[in-house]
Amino acid sequence: MTLSAHNSSSHLNGGAARTDRNLARLLALLAGGCALLLVLILGFLLLEAWPLLGSGGWRAFIRDSGWYPLEGQFGIAPMVWASLAVTLGAIVLALPLGLASAVFVRFYAPPKLAAGYRLLLNLLAGIPSVVFGLWGLTQLVPLIASWQPPGASLLAAILVLALMILPTVALTSAAALAALPADLLAGAAALGISRKGQILRVAIPAARAGIVSGALLAAVRALGETMAVLMVAGNVVQNPSSLFAPVRALTANIALEMAYATDLHRAGLFASGLLLTLLVLLLAWLAARVVQRAPRGSVYE
Amino acid sequence: MAKRGLEDASTAAGTIAERLFTLLVWGAAALVVAMLLWVLGDVLVMGLSHLSWEFIVAAPEDAGRRGGIGPILVSTLLILLVALAAAVPLGLAVAVWLAEFTRRGGRFANSIRLTLDVLAGVPSIVYGLFGNAFFSLYLGLGFSLLAGGLTLACMILPVFIRTCEAGLSMVNNDWRRGALALGMSRTSAIWHILLPAAAPAIVAGLILGIGRATAETAALIFTSGYVDRMPGSLLDSGRALAVHIYDLSMNVSGGDGAAYASALILIGLIVVLNTLAQWLAERWLSRRILNS
Amino acid sequence: MMVFTCVPGPGRLQKKCLGKTYSDKNATARAGLCRAAVALLGLLLLLASQSLWAASQRLVLTGSSTVAPLALEMAKRYEQQHPGVRIDVQTGGSSRGILDARRGLADIGMVSRALQATEGDLTAYTIAMDGIGIIVHRSNSVAALTDQQIVAIYRGQIRNWREVGGADRPITVVNKAEGRSTLELFLQYFGLKNSQIRAQVIIGDNQQGIKTVAGNPGAIGYVSIGSAEYEEQRGTALRLLPMAGHSASVANVARGEFPLARQLNLVVVGQSSPLAQQFIAFAQSESVRDLISAQFFVAP
Repeated sequence: MTLSAHNSSSHLNGGAARTDRNLARLLALLAGGCALLLVLILGFLLLEAWPLLGSGGWRAFIRDSGWYPLEGQFGIAPMVWASLAVTLGAIVLALPLGLASAVFVRFYAPPKLAAGYRLLLNLLAGIPSVVFGLWGLTQLVPLIASWQPPGASLLAAILVLALMILPTVALTSAAALAALPADLLAGAAALGISRKGQILRVAIPAARAGIVSGALLAAVRALGETMAVLMVAGNVVQNPSSLFAPVRALTANIALEMAYATDLHRAGLFASGLLLTLLVLLLAWLAARVVQRAPRGSVYE
Repeated sequence: MAKRGLEDASTAAGTIAERLFTLLVWGAAALVVAMLLWVLGDVLVMGLSHLSWEFIVAAPEDAGRRGGIGPILVSTLLILLVALAAAVPLGLAVAVWLAEFTRRGGRFANSIRLTLDVLAGVPSIVYGLFGNAFFSLYLGLGFSLLAGGLTLACMILPVFIRTCEAGLSMVNNDWRRGALALGMSRTSAIWHILLPAAAPAIVAGLILGIGRATAETAALIFTSGYVDRMPGSLLDSGRALAVHIYDLSMNVSGGDGAAYASALILIGLIVVLNTLAQWLAERWLSRRILNS
Repeated sequence: MMVFTCVPGPGRLQKKCLGKTYSDKNATARAGLCRAAVALLGLLLLLASQSLWAASQRLVLTGSSTVAPLALEMAKRYEQQHPGVRIDVQTGGSSRGILDARRGLADIGMVSRALQATEGDLTAYTIAMDGIGIIVHRSNSVAALTDQQIVAIYRGQIRNWREVGGADRPITVVNKAEGRSTLELFLQYFGLKNSQIRAQVIIGDNQQGIKTVAGNPGAIGYVSIGSAEYEEQRGTALRLLPMAGHSASVANVARGEFPLARQLNLVVVGQSSPLAQQFIAFAQSESVRDLISAQFFVAP
């Protein structure tokens, strides 16, 4: 795939080859520097969380039933579940909608409408999370509250997040579908497969890797979203037992209390950040595995 | 006869399913449009009455309830400028290295890729904590536009790199072979052929980065700060537009009108910046390959 | 997309690249980029260096988000009257204000409560007073709640408005997040521990509480009285409840009659700089009274 495959650069003149080698070294150094950022961030989180972790506080994360840092209770587990529940819910909603949007753009909409729709998706992607939060707090939450109080709930967070990650799912899926070779679908059409069949049995499976990695990207974004979740989820630390119950995500926990925290409380919040980063690590690893398993063009085999 | 009847039945079922599927796809698209219009409509209705030229250029008064957002817009743009100035060259360099100088499945490169993917997922609030400790305190930049911009640069870098890398690796291998056959050095092949060819992906990465950086709240509260006056230098603290919206809607009674109007401006700003990025990149990169 | 269609294949590329002009263009492009980079770097340096001789005197305030908007307005007026002085106000919480003042990160900390016994190393200067009032939705028919009823509601023993003479509607308890001095004050007044409270919604700043209560007919919460009174007058769907027989109003806070009141303080550690002293004196003077009432607080 890359130039390294043709490493025989003997026919180049010496100067150019030297420039290339130097460039390669410089670039590798820069890449290493970027990767070092993660070490820096992780190290820093660990350092700041250590006052709590070092004294065996990690056991309290599971043991303590509540999160009352000022009373020495550090039950973080419910927030981990809440973060995962919110993310899962958002993906379950956004994946079919986003995929349908991508199919719409690629196969159904007339070119002008498709361009307009794509523009709308980009606009949706450009709306800041504060604005989604504001909208959720003043429009969505009262609506849910009039049906199932208190309104600020897991459901509200899922709905707002689904809307926020929808463009990511839709645009990456659309890109994956657009990257499919034209003769693939032409072949399917020639075989007399219906349009629905072409899409569901040929196009989507062929673009699977791109779609899944887009969905995982969106999941990571949902997991890390802070302001909008803080504004609509209700922020009560408890296991997510029902769609209408308020929950607190790990990100919201940090944003809500960071400016107000000192000592062990602060350490507990950094521990939240550390856990969050570890969850992201897990998702990224999953994504890497998915992409490896389904190499590009697998449909040709 | 019987066989033909069977065929008819199956196509009829096929058409019904086909129609249903078409309906579903159009329905989903309509739903997405409706939701977008709901959100945008809310912002428009609440924000338009507060919006004026005066609002865009004037300084905020009375904690933002009156006056405008002039200095805040300037701060936002300066933070963005710092972030892009740091992230774009560095990001392109690393993307080129990943796409062009590493073997497929190489250990070091793959671990860097995984690291970048993790970094891309690290929540902005964690970047905020890191930026506060590293740029503001350790490097002594304090609450400043520089600290905020560099924090955002760290935040947008991973996604930018991965998008550019994906774009570069999509470039057809014939181009590389062609360049090599012509005796071009790799450096000039990258500069003149591969980067321009990957322009759409670079623009996509740029747009993602601009969108994320301009809309960021959590990472900036701890780094660029809360001061809403006109910044005199990059070492001054300056309030970003998204932080302003958050403060107005969560902390200032009667700030809603100004909050929605600011939201309108922020969305408009992102659209304008995206269009500009698209136009610039298309012009610059496509002209280079045409001329060369 | 353009670039792909413009250069269809290596054949055409070859023709173009073999020409002599190619290397010249290469150099020009590179020089152009270098110039752009240098210009950008220069601009950054210029902007950064300006601050070295601008703003000879600088004062940094951090802390309570309740005090921050008021302090920001005071700072602006002070800057207008004293050219060359820059006052940076950063928001956070009261505990952050104390921490930053102690660590020397801030010249002055902003704290929205009285200092505690463990904070003897600090000196507090009260610049305004604020009350904390109980709010419910405007449509709520309950006229008043006793302290015992409030405690029972917050502890989850009373879960429906019917039990305190209201409509048959579940109660949504709105509480503040850990670390807020509003929460500390509320807990202290009612003799509660935060772990005893059974909340349905936990909020950060004042305005989120007001929006939550205004959007939910069954909600009850507590926020800064000044903000709530202002929102009530603007027609926001909420109502302040009297406490222990005293109606919750800014006027009552000013008279010192409202039970749940708090000081808004500027705090310093030990001997502060002359500039900090001057600013504190300014913040306590008559010339900022209008700013205090504009932010719905009461002059001390």
